[in-house]
Amino acid sequence: MGLQTDSTTQAGEPAIPAPSASELFWMFCRVGMTSFGGGTSSWLHREIVEKKGWIAEDEFFDTLALCQALPGLNVTNIAVWMGRRLLGIRGALSACAGIVVIPSIVIVLIAILFAKISHYPLTEVALGGATAAAVALPFSMGLKMSLRIRRTPVPLAVMTVTFLAIGVFKWPLIWVAPICGVASVWWEHVQREPG
Amino acid sequence: MGKMIASLLALFVPLSFFTIGGGNAILAEVQRQVVGVHHWLTQTEFADVFAISRMSPGPGSLYITLIGWHVAGVPGAIAATVGIFLPTIILTYFIAGFWSRFEKAPWQESFETGLKPVAAGLVLAGVFVLFTNLGGAPWAQIIALGSTALLFVKRTNPFLLLAAGATIFLTAHQWQLV
Repeated sequence: MGLQTDSTTQAGEPAIPAPSASELFWMFCRVGMTSFGGGTSSWLHREIVEKKGWIAEDEFFDTLALCQALPGLNVTNIAVWMGRRLLGIRGALSACAGIVVIPSIVIVLIAILFAKISHYPLTEVALGGATAAAVALPFSMGLKMSLRIRRTPVPLAVMTVTFLAIGVFKWPLIWVAPICGVASVWWEHVQREPG
Repeated sequence: MGKMIASLLALFVPLSFFTIGGGNAILAEVQRQVVGVHHWLTQTEFADVFAISRMSPGPGSLYITLIGWHVAGVPGAIAATVGIFLPTIILTYFIAGFWSRFEKAPWQESFETGLKPVAAGLVLAGVFVLFTNLGGAPWAQIIALGSTALLFVKRTNPFLLLAAGATIFLTAHQWQLV
């Protein structure tokens, strides 16, 4: 069976100067502070790929797939990986500090203020609307990811099974992800080296 | 105090390595340990802490920071955060280095291509859970689908979408539709 690449190459894109450590810190800090309602990695996708163009979309999705497979929280894994890729150890440290330190201070402040805020029911209503709109970020990124998957039965089946098992049937991730991951990687490997 | 810090680290450092696919993988175990085994928080306090983390910006797993803060104030918050984040940050740093040493190796491409459909399935499953848990039907669902369509075809500023979502909800609330 022939080998085929599953997506377009990004070779023709103009080179974009690498960010400085403080640019990285503030970018990750901004994402840490603005993403809510889940799906922080989709906010990172928007900043790193769509706005800044520091990393090609293909490479971002590759990294995201690996970071989901590794132990650790997706966002900090991506922060380390992308930070290291762009600026070495300084980049990794700046990116992690940005996504963890400030948001963790803010969450404690919010917890302190929460008792007061929760007396206003309108806060909750507004937050509900914003949370609904926030679904758009992971949703749109998920659609883009699915469009970059090779359109042959096995990869499409792996995606569907993962989706159904985790999303619909709520099976434990700790079993589903390794099984689907190993099966899918093994299949790709067999495709490459027959026999 | 020192003993509390030590037991926070003893709980979260090992759990750090089980956060595969995100912090929700360990949620049940954290709850069991924090509420059932250590009695640091009551069941209600735990639910409150988790709800606050859902409403706050930043990684969802920051509820662990709040647990540390409840248990031992600022030093506890720092210990819990460091305990849950730092071990896997270090691990990922070295794996990233290892990965770039073998760039474009065939086994590496098998990994990347093979994990892609799993990753897409996981992201979409997360979306499904978020989508079905939205309160305020059908407005919430309409807002979610509408803003997804906008964002997908056009690079819309997400803050405008969030503000629009909040405004629609407030308006609907005003007219007592929600």
